[in-house]
Amino acid sequence: MKRLLAFILLTLNCAAVFAQAADRPEMADTFRSSGKIYVVVAVVVIIFVGLAIYLFSIDRRLRKIEKDK
Amino acid sequence: MNTILSIASAFYRFLQRQMTKMWWKVLAVIFIIYTLIAGFLMGVPDKFILNETIRNLYFHVPMWMAMLSVFVMSVFYSIKYLGSGQEKDDLAAVECVNTGLLFYTLGLITGMMWAKYTWGAYWSGDPKQNSAAIAFLLYCAYLVLRNSIDEEQKRAKISAIYNIFAFPIMIVLIFVLPRMTDSLHPGSGGNPAFGKYDLDGRMRAVFYPAMLGWSFLAVWIATIRYRIRLIEHKNNSL
Repeated sequence: MKRLLAFILLTLNCAAVFAQAADRPEMADTFRSSGKIYVVVAVVVIIFVGLAIYLFSIDRRLRKIEKDK
Repeated sequence: MNTILSIASAFYRFLQRQMTKMWWKVLAVIFIIYTLIAGFLMGVPDKFILNETIRNLYFHVPMWMAMLSVFVMSVFYSIKYLGSGQEKDDLAAVECVNTGLLFYTLGLITGMMWAKYTWGAYWSGDPKQNSAAIAFLLYCAYLVLRNSIDEEQKRAKISAIYNIFAFPIMIVLIFVLPRMTDSLHPGSGGNPAFGKYDLDGRMRAVFYPAMLGWSFLAVWIATIRYRIRLIEHKNNSL
């Protein structure tokens, strides 16, 4: 399943590269096809998940304080 | 008139009930994580000048939507305060404005960043930028006005009225006036923002969840601030 997914993704990316003609706007197709963009996405998602967990924990602590009142 | 009032008070009770609930917070986080992943990986239309920065649409515009959501809630609570005279409605209004200003700042800074690489300068005195700056000062004035009045009821009443008037002026400044003149910003000079022509289905699939997700997140932060403020207020009045 993983291999199939990787295969599909790679083929799609190749298609994007081949589709790029000379007179078209410069897009980051090659950047994405190199695969390394996933690292950036992972970092951004980790940061946001961290922030979200932090917000949830603040929310929980607050609820506890509200209950004590 | 009565139906409007009853709808408003039903909405008010709904907000109060859902404030400590989990579902919409989880929804906000899921939406934003989805937009972070899909926003970077999904395809976007190829455009000159914009290039890949078109993806900023998923992150810059939702800041304004988030700001708008909490400001609308703030106006709602200000009106509610004028009707009920309850201190907690005033506190809700001010914390909504505080959170809104955070997202306002983020929207301005991300807009400047985007402008640098598409318009050529961080600040080019564009109508959209200038009126956004003026509206920012308008809301800063709200906080200054609020903090300059010592008597609690007077402060709450005056700042509620100010807030109700500041909101439509902010809307006109940011969303109406720049559109009536020539501006670099999309949506100006009669051209629809990333509307009919630019925003294709792929972008919509990321853009709308982003708007929703960040709005919920802003409301969430506002409710946390409000609940802290409420406890502080109780402690102070003891």
